[in-house]
Amino acid sequence: MKLDSKIPAGPLAEKWTNYKASQKLVNPANKRKLDIIVVGTGLAGASAAASLGAMGFNVDIFCIQDSPRRAHSIAAQGGINAAKNYQNDGDSVERLFRDTIKGGDYRAREANVYRLAEVSGAIIDQCVAQGVPFARDYGGLLDNRSFGGAQVSRTFYAKGQTGQQLLLGAYGVLSREIARGTVKLHTRCEMMDLVVVEGRARGIIVRNLVTGDLERYAAHAVVLATGGYGNLYYLSTNAMNSNGSAAWVCHRKGAAFANPCYVQIHPTCIPVHGDYQSKLTLMSESLRNDGRIWVPKKKEDAEAIRAGKLKPTEIPEENRDYYLERRYPAFGNLVPRDVASRAAKERCDAGYGVGTGYAVYLDFADAIQRLGKDVVEQKYGNLFQMYQKITDENPYETPMMIYPAIHYTMGGLWVDYELQTTIPGLFAAGEANFSDHGANRLGASALMQGLADGYFVLPYTMQNYLADQIYVGKISSTTPEFDKAEVAVRERLNKLTTIGGDKTVDHFHKALGKIMWEYCGMARNTESLNKAKKLVSQLEDEFWKSVFIPGNANEMNPELEKAYRLEDYFELAQLVIDDAMHREESCGGHFRTEHQTEDGETLRDDEHFMYVAAWEYQGHGQPETMEKEPLVYEHIQVSHEVHITYLASGERPSQGPFRDLSFGRHLARLFFP
Amino acid sequence: MLDILNEQLVNDHIAHPVCFDNDCREGICGMCGLYINGRPHGNDDGITTCQLHMRKFHDGDDIWIEPWRAKPFPVIRDLVVDRSAFDKIIQAGGYISTTTGGVPDANTIPIPKHKADMAMDAASCIGCGACVAACKNASAMLFVGAKVSHLALLPQGQIEAADRVHKMVCKMDELGFGSCTNTYACEAECPKLIKRQNISRLNRQWIGALFGRDRK
Ligand SMILES: Cc1cc2nc3c(=O)[nH]c(=O)nc-3n(C[C@H](O)[C@H](O)[C@H](O)COP(=O)(O)OP(=O)(O)OC[C@H]3O[C@@H](n4cnc5c(N)ncnc54)[C@H](O)[C@@H]3O)c2cc1C
Repeated sequence: MKLDSKIPAGPLAEKWTNYKASQKLVNPANKRKLDIIVVGTGLAGASAAASLGAMGFNVDIFCIQDSPRRAHSIAAQGGINAAKNYQNDGDSVERLFRDTIKGGDYRAREANVYRLAEVSGAIIDQCVAQGVPFARDYGGLLDNRSFGGAQVSRTFYAKGQTGQQLLLGAYGVLSREIARGTVKLHTRCEMMDLVVVEGRARGIIVRNLVTGDLERYAAHAVVLATGGYGNLYYLSTNAMNSNGSAAWVCHRKGAAFANPCYVQIHPTCIPVHGDYQSKLTLMSESLRNDGRIWVPKKKEDAEAIRAGKLKPTEIPEENRDYYLERRYPAFGNLVPRDVASRAAKERCDAGYGVGTGYAVYLDFADAIQRLGKDVVEQKYGNLFQMYQKITDENPYETPMMIYPAIHYTMGGLWVDYELQTTIPGLFAAGEANFSDHGANRLGASALMQGLADGYFVLPYTMQNYLADQIYVGKISSTTPEFDKAEVAVRERLNKLTTIGGDKTVDHFHKALGKIMWEYCGMARNTESLNKAKKLVSQLEDEFWKSVFIPGNANEMNPELEKAYRLEDYFELAQLVIDDAMHREESCGGHFRTEHQTEDGETLRDDEHFMYVAAWEYQGHGQPETMEKEPLVYEHIQVSHEVHITYLASGERPSQGPFRDLSFGRHLARLFFP
Repeated sequence: MLDILNEQLVNDHIAHPVCFDNDCREGICGMCGLYINGRPHGNDDGITTCQLHMRKFHDGDDIWIEPWRAKPFPVIRDLVVDRSAFDKIIQAGGYISTTTGGVPDANTIPIPKHKADMAMDAASCIGCGACVAACKNASAMLFVGAKVSHLALLPQGQIEAADRVHKMVCKMDELGFGSCTNTYACEAECPKLIKRQNISRLNRQWIGALFGRDRK
């Protein structure tokens, strides 16, 4: 495998312009003759399909849900970034670029990130033209807020439903193309395999989720926009149908997988309230601005609370441990996400957790006293209401409970500047690729990236690939390659349905999630990773012996769907662990306890690890091989100052200690061995 | 609850698990939709099925769960219905015709805040179909009204407004959705609390389109 990132020559700010000026184009009469498959109808997939369809290509688009509008992007709350500088607060393409590179802890490709910042403004224009009802100020112009680590207000939002509104915008233009006949929609269809013919991606095998039938689709190019793999951890903020399988089957067919160990954890989720829970709900991190985080000081109290014998309000002030304020007096409850997450887990692991044992309190009593209930309600009313609906507890009267959870995956299919994977003709967009966020993603940047990829990057770069495809003619789906792929899928499904054990798929998925969360979650070390590796292998063996999948493959069968996704997660888990093991440094969302500063912060090793780790599949159970793509910073100066990362979709106070990136020096030493 | 039921059914090898649609589990994707004890999304206001908690029931209660009952939403299996009719209505014109690129700068289209807020409220529809399921006539007026209102309230949406409402209403009728008889069960059951005023706006737009000149 040879990695060629295809970064255009020339100064950073001119690369994209130069690329567009010299790339190959497909003339309008020929576009009709070219077929494109897009898998996924989230922001990335819907925007790509709509744009490509409008240009005149023949597009087939696929999704698991019953409508394109239900892709997981719908759930994004907070907002979308763009370097518009509408607030005249000093924002610019250059600044958004720098923030993103820095936020990613210098593990992203300069040229891609610059392009992302460059096209960000056009995304907002596009969305407004589509009728996306962004928040406005009283003069009728667009409103912004400050978000996740930015010193400027560049986040556009539509109530707490930004993802929904952006997706409905993209779904609208997609619907228009469907009506015009340029795009054909296939819902309740799951991609099961990629078909590669003579080294190029030429089609997919899909399973019709209603009938169970396997179907073949052939095309000149395939776009994968299937989202992230956060559900590997079982409990995450992702939707139930989010999965890593589409990317993984491409990986099996030869597409390199980059930086799998970079996963993001969000500290303020509503905790699990029992073993039956299937996912976690995210709450805005802005809550930490006024809430105080604590657990009982005495273990007996924690136990009594867990047993339901004591109420948090009955614990006197002196018996409460405001552990963030205690440990990090300078920053208190506003320590960065990763620090807050690790500290919560530490307290709970030590036996001080409340609720089910995996929760800490976020208390607004002081804020209500200081600001009055009205002010608190004005600021957080909708979040409090959401919390109350879910937990049936009134946060005005009793403290909220929170716990960290997996939220986003920075790793994904390796792509070059054109968003093409290592398989020619296979492109990857949105959360499914590894591209622009390095080791950590800034808040409100995932939506931006998905739409940038779909509206403004793929429609150009794919033409460069497709220009000479006009000579190959229609791609047939009756070739031996398609036969073989279909047979393989059928065998795979049959194997699963005939195991005949006695445990459910969820039983194994939960167990896998627990292993990954414990040993390859927010903090990792050689020992824990070794342990994880062993446990995952054991679990996988057990899965093949004792899972039970009712029904058969020729019908609607949700248990079977879960099973084949889980089967892929077993392999993916091993790769995440290997990647985490090999990266002997801490950066962004990857925290190795062996590599931390005296203050307990991430300690990068730029000399040895300033590269993208791209892994190549070698067969089931075989260790994968790794190719490095060195990251060269020509434009930006790499800062060796300890870097604090602010992650996704939580607001951050626009004032306060976080302005000062060196504040972490004051932090007390963390607690990991 | 259904997860647990299914886990039991599988564990005990009793029967095929019950198929039901679900995805985000936080009330925004619109995938889940069940008739629970005679009400779409169950006995609570402003929530979807996935947000209905077992604590709303008493120990030992019988719970009746049915799929959406409406002719335009045929049952696929168990509790899963086919709602593609909604997509077809949107495809008929529920959008603003734009293609990528070549649009003006976002701030060249100022929109009064209260209008933008009203558009946003209408746009919060999640397309779950509870309004249709609740209606004795299986009317889709609230769904269509919400989309028509969202776009008609914005200057960008004015240009095609007459054409849009005409096409969407025709499509709605063609797909077999019934008429509105103003009982507003739809409003009462909407998990996103979409207002009936959107239906009035739809009617005004529709009449305007019938007599107006802008239609193609
Ligand atoms: C609760 C929450 C809040 C968030 N808030 C924000 C925010 O405020 N700002 C921000 O920038 N980001 C936010 N994010 C992150 C952001 O929402 C996602 O990263 C982004 O929406 C991903 O978009 P996507 O198009 O790549 O994929 P998705 O939206 O996940 O879409 C994936 C698509 O692929 C389809 N698919 C998957 N597998 C297959 C298959 N095998 N066959 C066929 N189809 C398949 C699915 O059906 C779906 O249509 C948030 C995420 C969560 C979980």
